[in-house]
Amino acid sequence: MLTVENVTYKTGKHTLVKDVSFMVHPGEIMVILGANGAGKSSLMRLLSAEKTPTSGSISLSGKTLNSYAAKELALKRAILNQQNIINLDFSAMEIVQMGRYPHYRNQPTAHDLDIISEVMTITGTTHLAERSFLSLSGGEQQRVHLTRVLAQIWDTPEALLLLDEPVSGMDILYQQQTLSLAAMLAKKGFIVVAILHDINLAAQYADNIMMLKNGRKWYHGTPAEILNSKSIYDVFETEADVFTNPNTLKQLIMPKVVTHEVPEYNLKSFTL
Amino acid sequence: MKNGLIYTILGLAVFFTAALSLSMGAMKIPVQDVLLILAKKVWLFKNTPVDEQFDTVLTIVRMPRVIMGLLVGAALGISGAAIQGIFRNPLAEPGLIGISSGASLFAVLIIAAETALLAGLSNLLGYYLLAFGSFAGAGIATLVVYQISRNDGRPNVATMLLAGIAVNALAGALTGLVTYMANDQQLRNITFWLLGSLGGATWQIILCLVPFVIIPLLLLPTMAKTLNAFALGETQAQQLGLPVGRVKRWVVILSTMAVGASVAVSGIISFVGLLVPHMVRLIFGVDNRRVLPASALMGALILTLADMIARKIVAPVELPIGVITALLGTPVFLYILIKDKKKITR
Repeated sequence: MLTVENVTYKTGKHTLVKDVSFMVHPGEIMVILGANGAGKSSLMRLLSAEKTPTSGSISLSGKTLNSYAAKELALKRAILNQQNIINLDFSAMEIVQMGRYPHYRNQPTAHDLDIISEVMTITGTTHLAERSFLSLSGGEQQRVHLTRVLAQIWDTPEALLLLDEPVSGMDILYQQQTLSLAAMLAKKGFIVVAILHDINLAAQYADNIMMLKNGRKWYHGTPAEILNSKSIYDVFETEADVFTNPNTLKQLIMPKVVTHEVPEYNLKSFTL
Repeated sequence: MKNGLIYTILGLAVFFTAALSLSMGAMKIPVQDVLLILAKKVWLFKNTPVDEQFDTVLTIVRMPRVIMGLLVGAALGISGAAIQGIFRNPLAEPGLIGISSGASLFAVLIIAAETALLAGLSNLLGYYLLAFGSFAGAGIATLVVYQISRNDGRPNVATMLLAGIAVNALAGALTGLVTYMANDQQLRNITFWLLGSLGGATWQIILCLVPFVIIPLLLLPTMAKTLNAFALGETQAQQLGLPVGRVKRWVVILSTMAVGASVAVSGIISFVGLLVPHMVRLIFGVDNRRVLPASALMGALILTLADMIARKIVAPVELPIGVITALLGTPVFLYILIKDKKKITR
């Protein structure tokens, strides 16, 4: 279980995360929504233990993140970042193997190799194994990174999987594949926390949604409970219609057109 | 290809190139005599007679030079590969973070002072002075760059590169100033030293060089896994539970040791630290567990070859070896740059 209690995070004068608390159970996908600058990424950095909260505590399986040794934590939580720029010409297989680095000393064991081939099958990257990573398309590269991240925690029960905008800039097939994979992993017993920009994807896949604004938690609940025109206006300052998809009974969000007043320019001021 | 096979092939190539290099020179010594004399040094074929003169020339003149070439080549090769791992970019080089220019500035100051003031010193003492001065220069340059690049308690690679540029520029300007004020004799010494040479090799210098090369050769390969993960980004490597900060610190220290000492004894030999890891990656892939040891071997091989060319091409005089490595290196460097610019300049 991931437990976040009264977490505040400040850098200098700015408070990026204010007094946020929530819990995510194994088997659950929680999606964090919020406008740009709402504190989503800062919260993600706290959850990944890259940064330490100014106050409050975050614990995983009853143990605070601070008290984990870096190596121990690497076995229990993995992060898929939005972009990973790589300049050295590793093969896709070598990148995936890096996910198992916390598990072996010099050479991967038979168990590591089994896990690698299993996750590669699941993510459909087996055919990319020997390809140069730099020659892959953006979607393929992201899928290889996903495979690496899965390999890292595959054999850990109740591991924490953090997805930081995992599908931004990807086509809809990849979006659906990645999130249904995340749903499957949650079923397997993982704790999944994802930052998404697409509210519809969140409605489709999240068990719980937390909406952030100005570093604070504004809404928290199931998609059905909290996704409505009011909450979306509060958090995103955008008017939207919320429907129910008759086929899936999930929420469908349709933002309204924002109209701008076109200012009239005083053309005289441009004449010399 | 199996690792053992790679190292065996490279090792044999290094050995036979070194033997060939030993046989070359004003006095031609047949390769089989070279091998026989080498074998006798390790107590084999004790009773087979060899030409005394051959033995003397080899032992006193050629062996120090060839061994120094092997050590300097290995040092430049492996530290280049390691630094590129830290910078996550195959274009990075020890020279970039100011190690070489810092070492070079101090060496030039000492050469100028030596020619002017300390002429009474014996050659050997002067050489030691030069060597330690260069270590100090390399160390200071690296410390300055390292301190500047620390941000939020952690060294930042981009700042480190920029600070390296600044240190290089400053050291270059000061070197220029010293050169401008130098008299003819100083200028000749400085210029020759700046172009790089293995000509000054003696057994004492090798004894002085050995620890500074062997320690990095032994320790750097143990950091290969973490260096691989650096390719994902420092944050990502940390998320894998790897000792990112510690490895970065040690790579910088060990590279300073190896490159500083190499610059001290042989001047700046450019492009070896850049080209050798490139060649190795092209042939054996980019996994640092292979790249680091193979770069050491390949560096030794390339530098020995370059030294042979430097001695042969305008015999009986010899070209500074830095000219050869730069001549061989720059076209390949440009080729890589043009071919891969999209991949490596992001």
